[in-house]
Amino acid sequence: MGLATTKDRLDLKRRDFLTLLGGGIVVYFGTGNPKELTAMPMAQRRELPEDYNAFLRIDLDGTVHCHTGKIEMGQGPITSLPQQIADELDVTIESVKMVMGDTLLCPYDAGTWGSLTTREFSHYLRAAGAEARAILLELGSEYLGIPVKDLQVSKGIISGTSNPKKQVSYGELARGKRIERFMDEKPEVKDHTRFHYVGQSRRHADGLQKVTGKAVYTGDMKLPGMVYAKILRPPSHLSKLVSVDYSEAEEMEGIEVVRDGDLVAVLHEVREHAEVALSKIKAEFTEDDLKVDHHTVFKYLLEAPSSSREVASQGNPEEGEKLSQEIIESEFHDGYVAHSPMEPHAALALWEGDHVTVWASAQSPFGAQDEIARKMEMDLEQVRVISPFVGGGFGGKIYHPQAVEVARVAKLAGKPVMLIYTREEEFFMDYFRPAAVVKIRSGITADGKIALWDYRQYFAGNRGSDTIYAVPHALTTGYSEQRGTQVHPFPTGAWRAPANNTNTFSRESQVDIMAARAGVDPVRFRLDNLADEKMIAVIDALTEKFGYTPAVGPSGRGIGMACGIDAGTWVAVMIEVNVDVKTGKVQPIRAVCSQDMGLCVNPQGSIIQAEGCVTMGMGYALSEDVEFRGGDVITSNFDTYQLPLFSWVPETIDTVILDRMDQPPQGGGEPAIICMGGALANAIFDACGARVYQMPVTPERILEALKKN
Amino acid sequence: MKEELIRFTLNGKETEISLDPTLTLLWVLRDQFGLTGTKYGCGGGFCGACTIIMNGEAVRSCMLPVAGAAGSQILTIEGLSSNGKLHPLQNAFLEKDALQCGFCTPGMIMNAYGLLINNPEPTRKEVIEAMEENLCRCGAHIRIIEAIQAAGKEMKGGTQ
Repeated sequence: MGLATTKDRLDLKRRDFLTLLGGGIVVYFGTGNPKELTAMPMAQRRELPEDYNAFLRIDLDGTVHCHTGKIEMGQGPITSLPQQIADELDVTIESVKMVMGDTLLCPYDAGTWGSLTTREFSHYLRAAGAEARAILLELGSEYLGIPVKDLQVSKGIISGTSNPKKQVSYGELARGKRIERFMDEKPEVKDHTRFHYVGQSRRHADGLQKVTGKAVYTGDMKLPGMVYAKILRPPSHLSKLVSVDYSEAEEMEGIEVVRDGDLVAVLHEVREHAEVALSKIKAEFTEDDLKVDHHTVFKYLLEAPSSSREVASQGNPEEGEKLSQEIIESEFHDGYVAHSPMEPHAALALWEGDHVTVWASAQSPFGAQDEIARKMEMDLEQVRVISPFVGGGFGGKIYHPQAVEVARVAKLAGKPVMLIYTREEEFFMDYFRPAAVVKIRSGITADGKIALWDYRQYFAGNRGSDTIYAVPHALTTGYSEQRGTQVHPFPTGAWRAPANNTNTFSRESQVDIMAARAGVDPVRFRLDNLADEKMIAVIDALTEKFGYTPAVGPSGRGIGMACGIDAGTWVAVMIEVNVDVKTGKVQPIRAVCSQDMGLCVNPQGSIIQAEGCVTMGMGYALSEDVEFRGGDVITSNFDTYQLPLFSWVPETIDTVILDRMDQPPQGGGEPAIICMGGALANAIFDACGARVYQMPVTPERILEALKKN
Repeated sequence: MKEELIRFTLNGKETEISLDPTLTLLWVLRDQFGLTGTKYGCGGGFCGACTIIMNGEAVRSCMLPVAGAAGSQILTIEGLSSNGKLHPLQNAFLEKDALQCGFCTPGMIMNAYGLLINNPEPTRKEVIEAMEENLCRCGAHIRIIEAIQAAGKEMKGGTQ
């Protein structure tokens, strides 16, 4: 029995899994509700291979080809996975070459999301490395005539411990071939005291390609005879095509129009000519009469049919009510947010007979393969998907409509077709972070303890909704779409740390409100109400790095914090801002992030992810808001959808990563971003006394809140 | 689609091409010359992923009809390193690890180049002002600012 398969894994209890992978630091962690982590229904999931050869191939010259279905979109697996495999195998990191995101060449992987590459996938990869090393040692022992116990390995060379001149390389033993031998009992992976590369900071391994413009993204590819496609879009997600007349477009030189039901595409070898032709198509669509927009959506959500689920419960709310000296009720709102990667969705399809190869900006090449095969009624083996460098995903590229569209269009056209969404299409086709409402009713005792916590989230998602505080009487309820119904007027989906941004903003705002009412410093108030030693340590590290001195809010200093748990990582952020009370403009000054992420593979990579989360998170907290009317997405480009700018960035962003090398690794790509809404809302309150209950916390909303004071 | 013969200097090489003069320089660079380091990000001049240098100034190639480039000196990311030697800006971006997904990186570097050839030792504030309209979604900003300042020092008076 080799590596546990995905199917096995789901069926296994934690202890069984420990046994399977041979103990050490390899343990399995529940990843919570898979729906919130993965885009792919369980039925479509496949199994990870058991054979270590699927992950590794070693050439005669010692090059180690490491194959993974993970893709590189900026979070750095192309850097951190080689660190881990080099350590398991005892080879140099320079000898490791990554082969990523190709459904033909790489072992199955569900997708690059949920901060799972290190905390989940790397266990499989390291186990494969440990087994490969053990087998190579056996082969080396036979070749050299020295018992395994008297052998050592360094930089891919096996030699005798007492006679180092007797040596053979991995390359000579493997010679680029599949190794037909396996361990009956799987060897343990290394523990942290034996790491050489893991735990050391490494720069992005793909940096050189990216600063020279040589890194290839999907849209940069070109095939002989390739044409660009432009696709006819409805004015609204709720409109259907009634009739279409593309005769005028077809008259244009070099233009071809193809149609398959509602899918109408114009093709030309020059992209801009295809764009002009598209504008000449006359199409009639049904009316969208849904009466909801970005102003009325919160009332709409509260009135929408939903199914409720108790996420967590302890004690008895009536008891909590009695213990409370003061009850505080709040309602928090959060609008729709777009992923807005700088690279819009792109895909290129090439048909050869009844097989298709699709290059796509995809967070899940295997997911895209599945989507194409289902739509086109093909076998998986007939569809190959390759994901080159991806120009940002953040959850937006776990959906691959462009890959399916381009495969269909290329089949109709009989030639290679490239589809690159315009920015306007990117906004229209995005699966937005859902708008949501959170209602909290909480109570504090005379001595500043939270006695009651009744938390209800509507359509945000449950991730991060359970309170992190030690509350005797707490109830958390999640309201979500009923099976088979759609409440949102357009698709919604996973946005970096799905649900947790909305939930942490709401919880951490409420906690700050309670601290102010209790007349207690907000950090002290949190510590007084926490029993979680991990969180207390994270907050202590945070305040020490920040040089925080206690004060009751609003102190006028403009300092705010938020903390939470995401992707297995305990995280807190503190930020200092200036607020111009005349204009409502917020200027971040400095930020500190503290996190306990277990074993940290690449400290610099993790710090960069935290900086990215702090910076990107300012957007959803302060400015990003999708405007819409029914299923018509009004926001269409960056002139109206405001991403964070250089001038917003704090002068310093310091990140503290707690030393937890002996602990299992946790997520790094998402956690810090969950704190940004709460930390900024609380800092704004601390600066000027404006408490804003709705994200984004815009200047207008700050001025409005100031008026209420 | 009437074609015109358009001449310009591209990364130091005299170039001429016959094409529809209304096409944007961005897609001409990418499709006709294979210079795909210059990226399409928004098509409206809002994001800066398509930034190139024309006659010593950073411009948005997605907003410029190729006819407007006639007779000019065009520099793209591919022309920035010379004889296999990276430009100080490229080195500084590597040194400071000032990128993540890398899609905005060429536009960032070219926009910064436009700043540094005119102002080799910009203050932090000047860097921010010059870079304000270049978007990065991954949040590499703080390192990009440091990289540009470091490169400015390295360029010693903007002679490169």
